[in-house]
Amino acid sequence: MRLNPRIIFFLLLLIFPSLLPAQDTLANLFRDKKPPVEYAEAAFKTTRIVIGQSIENTPQGNILLTISHHFGAMNTGYENLFGLKQAAFRFGAEYGITKRLVLGLGLNTDRNTWDGFLKYKILRQKSGGKKFPFSLTAFANTAIYTTKWDVPDRKNYFTSRISYCFQALMARKFNEWLTLQITPSMVHKNLVPTSADHNDIFTLGAGGRAKVSERVSINAEYHHIFPGQVVSYKVYDSFSIGVDIETGGHVFQIFLTNSTGENEEGFLTNTTGRWNKGDIFLGFNINRIFTVFEPKSFRE
Amino acid sequence: MMKKYWIVFTLLGFYFSGYSQAFVTKNGMIRFYSETKLEKIEAVNRQVNVAFMPPTGDFFFKVLIKSFNFEKALMQEHFNENYLESAKYPDATFVGKITNYQEINFKKDGTYPANVEGKLTIHGQTRQVKQTGTLEIKNGLVTARAKFSILLADYNISVPNTVVNNISKSIEITVEATMAELNKN
Repeated sequence: MRLNPRIIFFLLLLIFPSLLPAQDTLANLFRDKKPPVEYAEAAFKTTRIVIGQSIENTPQGNILLTISHHFGAMNTGYENLFGLKQAAFRFGAEYGITKRLVLGLGLNTDRNTWDGFLKYKILRQKSGGKKFPFSLTAFANTAIYTTKWDVPDRKNYFTSRISYCFQALMARKFNEWLTLQITPSMVHKNLVPTSADHNDIFTLGAGGRAKVSERVSINAEYHHIFPGQVVSYKVYDSFSIGVDIETGGHVFQIFLTNSTGENEEGFLTNTTGRWNKGDIFLGFNINRIFTVFEPKSFRE
Repeated sequence: MMKKYWIVFTLLGFYFSGYSQAFVTKNGMIRFYSETKLEKIEAVNRQVNVAFMPPTGDFFFKVLIKSFNFEKALMQEHFNENYLESAKYPDATFVGKITNYQEINFKKDGTYPANVEGKLTIHGQTRQVKQTGTLEIKNGLVTARAKFSILLADYNISVPNTVVNNISKSIEITVEATMAELNKN
């Protein structure tokens, strides 16, 4: 009979059970447990990459207040203090209704637009006991501009003020410092300037973040607008690059962009600035989160 | 395959060294608390693995950092991302002994003081610690309780200047675990 080393070890163990270091055996008691499912968390510091949505949701029971601010174009010279004299602004609030569902509201100075959105986590990236490679979130918003009619001397319908945006946000947190996201979008405008302009406008975006320290990351996002959809005025792809700084309670986002609009319809389909012409806008978002209801799991 | 061997070895090990008397739980609790003038931070974890072996006094616990629950979701995110770095250091462990285990009568209900000594590992940093707690024996169950403080600096957990007044330098930790005898689980 050939003696297998495992059998020898086994026999030795019968004779000298104390060969097993006791504390290791204690740890072994929990070893056969199948590994827990680990969800990829904190893929981005906040719910926006730069100006567009990220896959992050406001946590359940929390309110996130966001002040987004864009200055004027930098190429407008000293007379205009390089854009500092102008401002476009959005004040937003969003609330985590469940772990997956967020409801948001916003007011934009751009044509006094009110926007409302729903954001739902469909799939979550996970590893460990169960694996899935990326997260998928659905986003839908409605924007209603409330300034005077563009063309007042014709019959105008309230519905003409409304536009919608639908997005599928797909992101993967590759590691602790890198997350990439792909964002196909469709904007529907109830009213467009000419009949040659499309009511449904499709764009494809990509963005991501690279963490440079625990509390600072560099973020960028790009949205390509497919040609031939907006024809009555010139539109360009939106590109924004910025830095996220997290200070504990706040996340500050400071960025440069060629888009003035702060809601999705605005920056996806109405970006008229061009980086290479110096139509660059300095902007910042201030994000502050408040806990309204603490999670049930915290108290018994 | 090797995994199965380990289970066999472990069980045999228990059998031959009188280890049949192992008390374990997977639902121990660890709560921690930090209080400053500006902010109160509290978190609880009810999925702590705890094991105790009366014949030798060996005592062990292991806790997943990610399963700490906070009152504020943002605190939980920062705790994992910035302070404990749970992706890099997924768990905290204690490996040691209850040194006065011979003074404890496991057959008799009652509460006994327990001196605990061993290695506490948090955030990848291991330190020799010595604390006191109690062991309560009741209806064949063993409940271990301890309350002690640790210094963040001891475990290389750094707090940035901007929030240095929000987080206490010393964190109060409460442990409570009711363990049942292994073969009765």
